Amino acid sequence: MPLNWKSGGLLLGLVFFAAVLLVKPIGVSTQFVIFDAMLGDLASPGLITETEEGYTSTNAYLAKSGGKYAKNAANPLNYSFVFVLAMMVGAFASAMLRGGVGADERRLPAIWRANFGDTPAKRYAVAFLGGFIVLYGARLAGGCTSGHMMSGMMQTAVSGYIFAAGAFAAAIPVAIMMYRQEA
Amino acid sequence: MTSILLAVVIGAAFGAVLDRIGATNPNWIGRMLNLTNLHLMKTILLAIGTGSVLMFGGQMLGLVDVGHMSVKTAYAGVFIGGLLLGAGWAASGYCPGTGLGAAAAGRKDAWFFIAGGLVGAAAYMVSYPMWKASGLLEGEKLTIGAVPGAKYDALTGLSGDLVGIVLGLIFVAVAFALPERLRGQEVAVPAE
Repeated sequence: MPLNWKSGGLLLGLVFFAAVLLVKPIGVSTQFVIFDAMLGDLASPGLITETEEGYTSTNAYLAKSGGKYAKNAANPLNYSFVFVLAMMVGAFASAMLRGGVGADERRLPAIWRANFGDTPAKRYAVAFLGGFIVLYGARLAGGCTSGHMMSGMMQTAVSGYIFAAGAFAAAIPVAIMMYRQEA
Repeated sequence: MTSILLAVVIGAAFGAVLDRIGATNPNWIGRMLNLTNLHLMKTILLAIGTGSVLMFGGQMLGLVDVGHMSVKTAYAGVFIGGLLLGAGWAASGYCPGTGLGAAAAGRKDAWFFIAGGLVGAAAYMVSYPMWKASGLLEGEKLTIGAVPGAKYDALTGLSGDLVGIVLGLIFVAVAFALPERLRGQEVAVPAE
């Protein structure tokens, strides 16, 4: 059972606040781009190049905004990338401390099982496709649930409300249609 | 180096809290999005409201550096991207941060989400020129009220700090007001 919403909400709010107080608002989806760029540069050296003014790339997206993505991919030991790695470690530690995720759940979430049966191949395909759509959408939007919804709305950013409206407008109908049976 | 240390501490705290509130569990995300259990929505709304009040209150008191704010550009593609993310989020039960947390916690399907995500982000990188040419990426960095000392334009002439605090309190109030369930099975009411 997760933390009750009051304790959990306050804790999460404090983490949001700590991030802004000490460094900057939380964001995650950009790091998928950085990792892609690191892999891309490995596979095709020359994707990212260093110039007198900094870094740039043959890919227009990595090169935009003064090459900030290209720069971060060339120097992954930066706040944002390390933050995401640390986030994974934190989630892992938390899961272990509460006894870990059960074998059944590790294989298939209960909500999937209740609606689609014991069908791991299908679940993994949906997770992959879902990941594709989520990250494509996040990059088009310039942020995701962490950067736009949480950090954005916390800062009264108009972009955050626009994003949240779009996200829930699609998420709620899809969830209702896909997951009719409760788990 | 201080920056890396802060990344480790705050990042780990964020990951741990996401797991602890159930956000790394697609069951809780599915229940929130199909409106049968709003635990996670209440949690997140309370978090956003709390963060807003602390941040804007802190700025008014001069304790929070306004320069730490990072407002994203508002443009048509943000809504379209939101729709796409929403569909994928509901279908998979994961979003970027929670998918990474879930994978770390041992969920196999989350690794497929990450793989799909890396391909999706790469696909956007490749198709970016098309979106750029469409004009759907044009916009402004806007806050609702004018935040003193910030470099962002404002939608209204209202004080950004006060707007932030009021909206923060509204988020908190909505978190409290939302019922546990909005649809689905109800307890049968015995005939009187």
